[in-house]
Amino acid sequence: MNMIAGSASASAGVLGQPGASISVRGLTVTYNTGLTAVHDASFELDPGTICALVGVNGSGKSTIFKAIMGFVTPAAGDIRLSGRPVAEAVRRNVVAYVPQSEDIDWNFPVLVEDVVMMGRYGHMNFLRIPSRADRYKVDAALERVGMGEYRTRQIGELSGGQKKRVFLARALAQEGSIILLDEPFTGVDVKTETAIISLLRELRTAGHLMLISTHNLGSVPDFCDQVVLLNRTVLAAGPTAEVFTQANLERAFGGVLRQFNLGGAALHDDEDPRGLTVLTDDERPLVIYGDRKGQSALPAKRPDEPKS
Amino acid sequence: MIAELLVPFGYDYMLKAMWVSALVGGVCAFLSAYLVMKGWSLMGDALAHSVVPGVAGAYILGVPFAVGAFFSGILASLGMAFVRQHSRLREDAVIGIVFTSLFALGLLMASIWPTSVSVQSIVLGNILAISDEDVVQVAIISAISLCLLLLKWKDLMITFFDEAYARSIGLNTTMLKALFFTLLSACTVAALQTVGACLVIAMVVTPGATAYLLTDRFGRLIVISILLGAGTSFVGAYLSYFIDGATGGVIVSLQTLLFLAAFVFAPKHGILAGRRRAAMAGAPA
Repeated sequence: MNMIAGSASASAGVLGQPGASISVRGLTVTYNTGLTAVHDASFELDPGTICALVGVNGSGKSTIFKAIMGFVTPAAGDIRLSGRPVAEAVRRNVVAYVPQSEDIDWNFPVLVEDVVMMGRYGHMNFLRIPSRADRYKVDAALERVGMGEYRTRQIGELSGGQKKRVFLARALAQEGSIILLDEPFTGVDVKTETAIISLLRELRTAGHLMLISTHNLGSVPDFCDQVVLLNRTVLAAGPTAEVFTQANLERAFGGVLRQFNLGGAALHDDEDPRGLTVLTDDERPLVIYGDRKGQSALPAKRPDEPKS
Repeated sequence: MIAELLVPFGYDYMLKAMWVSALVGGVCAFLSAYLVMKGWSLMGDALAHSVVPGVAGAYILGVPFAVGAFFSGILASLGMAFVRQHSRLREDAVIGIVFTSLFALGLLMASIWPTSVSVQSIVLGNILAISDEDVVQVAIISAISLCLLLLKWKDLMITFFDEAYARSIGLNTTMLKALFFTLLSACTVAALQTVGACLVIAMVVTPGATAYLLTDRFGRLIVISILLGAGTSFVGAYLSYFIDGATGGVIVSLQTLLFLAAFVFAPKHGILAGRRRAAMAGAPA
């Protein structure tokens, strides 16, 4: 279970690449149906960053992912990944994608190690025959996420958290410096969530750039340094403390968020002007304790976090 | 006794039938490994029935049957896409309507303009009377399909397993899926000769389904599937000499027997194994 066990040297290869960065400028994506899913979106992300992509369903989160992976051609604007155009970056395996659990057929006859080996396919020749180096990297990735002993299990036999870790291992084996995670905390218990977050922190230290699409508002201030708030365009982007505020979230989510406000006599029996606000998008809620709407969220200390 | 069992090997037409069946059975089984994983099994059936008017037309006009089959296969796909887009019907209904219409058209054509090939041999296959030109066509289709599948099996596996990821590492999944369906149509046409339009579906589903019950690795699934497909086709053709039955019926019956055996006795995914597990779980620790 110990996901911190892997040494930082496992990702030294990534550090050798030019710094992982994402630069999205004036991105507009229009689908064949005529729907403009994203309009004039811009944001910049630097190496060693964990960034949350937050917005309601249909706000363009998955369209941004698709554009970064080169699945859709922008109607306008430009995306650079580590300074390269998308197509070239994809060819160089710069982008590693961790899909949502719902998108995977868990009955498919593949073992854990087969899935992780898929991470190496982009590096192999057209016959996809693994070399000794490929096998070594698969072993290292499996150990890093603590799934070594499950390598010969069929993927459907794993728990929700183990499934996530297998697909994270695939991303590690791919050695992409940019990792896209699609709803990584859906259907995962708190223990696994904590384990995944500490692995992401390690990767951040190693210079990776992680972009995470999530509904799990409560955990965002804990481990994301940057936030991009979306609603068909970028509403706000920047450091979590500046962007992840109640006012901005209400703007991004409109009436979709569940919101509980406690203040005044309901909360205090003294003159304390602060109120307690709970915002939730049906996953872990965001708790804000303060006196004005511009107040940023309190990063809750997680049990796993090193004492600062 | 032994001499009697070897009799079929003394006849050219029996040798031809056995080897062609095994080849076609093997390639179809390769494709079946993918088809059963995607829940597209009925597509195979639809394709097989849709090519019948093309085959009938080709014999009437005296052109290679593969050409006719190809055109009516395309017509069927376009027809299905058109009806799908311009009506509110669900996919299964559209497939049902289009392929039965084309199948009926094929039967009609073959009975109005009788040719050297009878309705019966299109519907039920007639491998024992296969002509040399048809053997060449079937062999070429199978050989090309087999080569492409051997080169691309891993790319196809990723595409079928996790299409978004396949695209993210730069695979052209649209091309790969198009390749798969082209091979599937080509091989159903080839299999038409051995087992006939009605039973082609078994050739592209049963071996893969059986193998799926026997292994948890896709590479092994393909190998098991091919062995089952080629083996049952060869033995089925051989047995049909003695039973004096329709070759297609014998081959598919053999495949069904093996499927039932796997369904009951498969070490991990069979129903007996499931019962054992349930009993173990129910027993006090």
